[in-house]
Order: sequence, then C-alpha cells, then structure tokens
Amino acid sequence: MRETRSAVHVSFDGVEYEGYAGESVLQCARRNGVTVPSLCFLEGLSVWGGCRICVVEIAEDHRLRPACATQIAADMEVKVETPRLRAYRKAILELLFAEGNHVCAVCVSNGKCELQDMAVLCGMDHVRYDYQSPLREIDASHPKYVFDPNRCILCTRCVRVCDEIEGAHVWDIGFRGEEAHLVTEMNKPWGESLSCTWCGKCVAVCPTGSLAYEGRAIGEMEHDPAMIQRLAVARNRGEWLYPGEEQ
Amino acid sequence: MAAPIDLHEVMDREREERFRTRWRVKACASTACMSAGAGATIQAVEDMVEREDMELEVQVIPTGCMGLCSAGPLMRMMRRGGDETDYQKVTPDAAKEIVRSHVLNEEPVPEHLLDTTMPFFTSQERVVLANGGVINPDRIESYVAHGGYQALEKALTSMKPKQVIEEIRRSGLRGRGGAGYPVGSKWSLLAAAGGKTKYVVANGDEGDPGAYMDRTIMEDDPHRLIEGIAIAAYATGADQAYIYVRAEYPRAIERLDRAIRVARRNRLLGRKILDTNFSLAVEVRIGAGAFVCGEETALMASIEGRRGTPQLRPPYPTEKGLWGAPTMINNVETLANVAPIIDRGGDWFASIGTEKSTGTKVFALAGDIVNTGLIEVPMGTSLREIVEEIGGGVPDGRSFKAAQTGGPSGGCIPAKFLDTPVDYESLRELGSIMGSGGLIVMDDEVRMPDVAKFFMEFSMDESCGKCTPCRAGTVQMHNLLQRITDGNGTRRDLRDLEHLCSVVRDMSLCGLGQSAPNPVISTLQYFRSEYEALIDEEEVVHA
Repeated sequence: MRETRSAVHVSFDGVEYEGYAGESVLQCARRNGVTVPSLCFLEGLSVWGGCRICVVEIAEDHRLRPACATQIAADMEVKVETPRLRAYRKAILELLFAEGNHVCAVCVSNGKCELQDMAVLCGMDHVRYDYQSPLREIDASHPKYVFDPNRCILCTRCVRVCDEIEGAHVWDIGFRGEEAHLVTEMNKPWGESLSCTWCGKCVAVCPTGSLAYEGRAIGEMEHDPAMIQRLAVARNRGEWLYPGEEQ
Repeated sequence: MAAPIDLHEVMDREREERFRTRWRVKACASTACMSAGAGATIQAVEDMVEREDMELEVQVIPTGCMGLCSAGPLMRMMRRGGDETDYQKVTPDAAKEIVRSHVLNEEPVPEHLLDTTMPFFTSQERVVLANGGVINPDRIESYVAHGGYQALEKALTSMKPKQVIEEIRRSGLRGRGGAGYPVGSKWSLLAAAGGKTKYVVANGDEGDPGAYMDRTIMEDDPHRLIEGIAIAAYATGADQAYIYVRAEYPRAIERLDRAIRVARRNRLLGRKILDTNFSLAVEVRIGAGAFVCGEETALMASIEGRRGTPQLRPPYPTEKGLWGAPTMINNVETLANVAPIIDRGGDWFASIGTEKSTGTKVFALAGDIVNTGLIEVPMGTSLREIVEEIGGGVPDGRSFKAAQTGGPSGGCIPAKFLDTPVDYESLRELGSIMGSGGLIVMDDEVRMPDVAKFFMEFSMDESCGKCTPCRAGTVQMHNLLQRITDGNGTRRDLRDLEHLCSVVRDMSLCGLGQSAPNPVISTLQYFRSEYEALIDEEEVVHA
C-alpha cells in the first residue's frame, strides 16, 4: 500500500526527512529514526492520545499537538526537543510517578519498564509533587496473571488490544478523574471473568509492571509489545511479517 | 396523518381566551420560585378561585421564570387590556389576599408589591427569555399565541436552507456555550458536509456551578428550543436531532419530552412538517452526571452509549460525529436565539449588542449581590451596570472585590475592570471567558486563593481521567492550593503551581483540562499579593 502514497518533506528539529501523506507525525519520526518519547501509543492499535508524552510543537502556529494523532502535512516543521516541551514532558512523567505507587526497587518489571525508560530518556530524576500513595487492591484472582493497579498508568493498551485484536473486551476503564482505574468486565475480579480467553495479549503490551505473569519476582517480568505490534499490524494490513523484516 | 397546526387559528383562539376573564394571575412556576414555595401559592389561589366561584373573573396561569429569583415566589396580576401589578415573596395567604383585593376592591396590596421600575427590570433586554413570566410552558398554544413557530413556518415555506444560514450569518450570532464560535459558519460546515444522515444536537449539559440559563429555557420555553432545532436542521439538511440534557434536570427532561410529543402531534416535528417535504425526528438523551459531557466529543460518546470521554480532534464533529455521520452541536441558549432571528431578521439581531458580539446574553447572577436571578442584557453592557444597577450592588455595606465569569473554565475580574463591556473579546483579554453565563459576585471578605481552590476541586472531581495532565495535574494543583490556603505553602509551592498551570493548560486533551487552570491563572494575575501574604506569614513563623 505504501508505494501509492505520495512523499512530502517534513522536518524534525530542523532536519529534513521524507514523510508520507496519511501517516502520523509519530509514525514518520519512528520510521526515520527520530526519537519522540511516547507511552500510550502502540502501532497497530487505535490511537488513544491520553498520556500526552508525545506532544510536539508544530512550527506554523506554535500549537502543541500529540504526535500520535497528528497527520503529516507537506512542509510541516515539527519541533521535538524545545526547552518548553522538555520541561512539560518531565512534569507529566512526574505526575504519573506521583499518582500511582511506582516503586521500581520492588517491581516485577524493574529494568524492563517503558515508564522507567521514559523517565531516563526525558531526564526525570526526581518528583516535585506530593506522592499520592493511593491504596489500590491487587487483583491476583486470575490463575495465570496478576493485575497490580498501583503500577497502572491508564495507557489503555490492554483495553485496546483486548477489544481490537483479541475481540474479548474484558478490560475497560471505570470511574473518573483520580478514581479512574481499570476494571475487568463489570468491575468483577479478573479470575471470575467469563470473557477472558487467557490469551495474555494485555500482559504482553503493558508498558509497566501492572500486568504480569503470576509468580514473577522483582525484575523478572519481560513484556513483549513488539510481538503484539507485529500481530496487530499484520492483521490490519492482512499480511504477516517476521521479526527483523522491514514493515 | 393529522392536519398540521393552524398557527393563526390558535392565535385567535388564545386571544379570545385571554380576554375571557377580567383578571389573569400569572404565577412564576419556575424551579427557583417552586423551591421558594410557589407550588403552594398557586394551589392556594386555584382553590380559592374555585371555592369562591371566581372562575369567570380570574384565570390562573403558571408561567416560566420571571427573573428575580431572590424575591420569589413571584406573582403578577393582570387586568384585562390594562395594567399589571407585580408581587414578590408571595405566600399562599398573601396570594389569596392579593387576588381578593384586586378582584373585589381594585386595590393593590402594598406590602408585597414588587417595584418593576428598578434597573433590574428596566435595563434588561429580553430576547431569549422573552416568554419568561408570559407563557405557560406546558401549553403549546400559549407559545404559539406569542408568535411561536412563526419563524419555522416562515423558514419552511418562504426560505431556502441557504437563505436561513445567510440570515444567521448576518445576525452575527455566536455560540453561547463559551467559546463563541460563529454559528453561521458552523451551520454552513454541516450543510456542506456530504452523506445521507446528518445530526443536530442541542447541548443542554449545563454544568457550571451557579449557571441555570439553559435549564430555564428547557423548562420554561421548551418549544422555543424545539423550533430553533427544527430551523437548524432544515438549514443544514439534518433529519435527526438530539437534545442532550443532564440527568440533574428532571423537570427539563419531562417538559421537553412532552413538548416533543405535542409538537409531533401538531405536525411541527416528525414526517412532512407543516405539509412541506422537511422531516425531523427529535429525541431527548439524558446524561449520567459527568461535567465533561458538555464537551462536544464526550457528549457524542455519551449519546452513543459509550463512556463519556473526549476524543481527539480532528476529525471535528461536522466531519465525523455521531456514529461517524456529520454532526453539529449547538448550545441550548444559542438555539433559543434562532427563532427570533428568523422572525425579525439578522439585521435586527445584529443591531443589539456590539459589533463582534451581537445580541443579548443571559447571565445567572449569584453570590454577594442584592438581586440574584436570571438576567438578559445586550452584549457589551458594562460589568458595572450588571453588578451595581441590575444586581443592586453588594449587600451589607461591603464593597465589590471581583466577579467570576465562566465557572471553572473562567477567571476573576477585579474591581478596576468594572467598566469593561461584557463581550467575548473583552472578557478573554482579561483572562476570563464568557462561558455559559454564570456570574458570581464576590465581596471584600472573600480570599481569592480559596476561590481558586474551590474551582480546582471542581475540575479535579470532574476530570474524566483520560489524559495525564488533567487527571493528575489538577490533583497536584489542588494539593498545592490546599497547602497555600492552609498557610503552609512555600515560595517553591507557588512556583510549582504556576508551572503546573501551563503544563495542564498546554498539554491537556480537551477544553476541560485546558481551561482548568484559568481560575488560578487569573487570581494569580490580579491578586498575587494574597497568595504571597499567605506564604510570607508562614515563613515568618518558621524563622
């Protein structure tokens, strides 16, 4: 399909690249090897646009827009690394760390966590805001997996992959504001869910240690969003790709 | 299929009815007066009329909001072809005395008299609320008798859809929901959109604390809204419309439901309206208690039965809205302006107000002010006139400190800007917004950081939780404001607060988050010393 797309000039932080009409700023950046920090976005799933980490500045009107949900246009000048954006990204990561209970030292995903990686990438070395230290109950009712809402950042990758790829729609968000959290089915324990197929796609795409295999110790949980990504892209395009093969 | 309503015949019939009795008692039966006891008052008068055989002399008509809610229950004695006398704080006993005194002795009752020559009444210009205190909202005939559905008939029989849009464009009408987008442009966007199905949605999810103009329109003049929707649908080529009402307005829902049924029966809605080729179905959709559903994309999600969270734009609703079809969302007050514009022409409407903000605006006056209630003034009226003359000033010998407009998305305007004309641009320049029309007056006892904290708590509670800055940022801003107002804040807290203001404003997904810091930003702009005083005191204590 790509061959039929027309190429346009775009620039990221002053460097020119080739973009294709119809792709998003984030996709274009990724394809060209430009780093744009992001969290909730996962190729192959629908665009959520909630984490706001990937927000970039479009030069023509200085507006800030999420790179995942903004279409490339001809001669678009995108700014990724401005002092303002860097400060904003850091602040948002701090907000994420402050609202949950993200204690890396005791986390199953320590060292293999996208939130951690993002903090390193964006230079977030401390949190200015009050830790909310919420009391959130862990759901370990599922025989195979564990859900720890303390580590959830509400990226909704699990919601989307379960709905769009697996077709089960076990997960969704319940309640609102700071009370918002993931629920399985009608806010029942995960283990009692009749719609869950035990496929594990939600666990594979989770960027943090929130969804993990039962029985993993600290730092032992490795997610595999890339696998789901290949699967999802292949399904969307009606083709199959092997690891390492160019998309 | 039944024959459509004959508007002129209904008008004649209603005129006869109007002259049937020597006296007409109009009693405000709007929500504010009802909560002040208007129900008992109206019942008492009706009982007395029946018991004392005064049916041929007196008819009792429950009406919509008369405006001065703080003086309710309100009642008006109308003599056939003659004078009107208004009464305030009418208890059941007072009501009986008033009616008796007028009917038997032709004498008013001085202790409950309401002075209608005061600026509260004389400085207003009623377009949207023209029928308040005049018609009985439960009777379509009453609306028709006061010119109702004439505009729809005119549009359907003598105007092309393009001409209707042109008339709206000439009127300069702008969206009354807050942002002030030109209504004519929005309509032409939908008219230009392709596809077989198009939707018009009336946004009645009025959520700003203290604002109740949309509720009053829906409850007290439901047919005006329906007529506006029908004209909008005709102009844009839509054949399905929804009225999205928040669940907290049960009376509005009930009245609208009934009004839609009656309008359909009279062939003012449904198939082949007034025997033309235009058809329109209107349905009421009820919210589930989320403030964010006033945001267009969240509102549409809610109508579709999904969780009410905002979606990314573009695509805009006029391209891809309800169930993927082009959709146009207008505020209730905006649509209530449509019928008068078509009736009397866009130029007439443009002659009211200022050049860029035409027409009138309804405000809900609340807070530290003598006359609280609903007022409607031409755009460009100065804040001073609204507060000091119409509102009667600040009570108890205190002085005016600030006015808050736009609710949790707006800001505070200090006393030195009292002479600002109230229009979209001027308010924006001052760091506030027109908003839906809540206007809260504060006296010199109010601490501004407390006001900011109050609105931040509101935004925090009402954040849907989809995007990080709004979900977690409002919580942290509230934490910081709590600390500062408790006297435990530091300079660093103030700095963090200011930084968070820009993070949440610039990074949030929808209008709720983007405007949530406004109360903090505007109070910091005009009352920074109050924040600093709270901080400095504490630092002295620590030293």
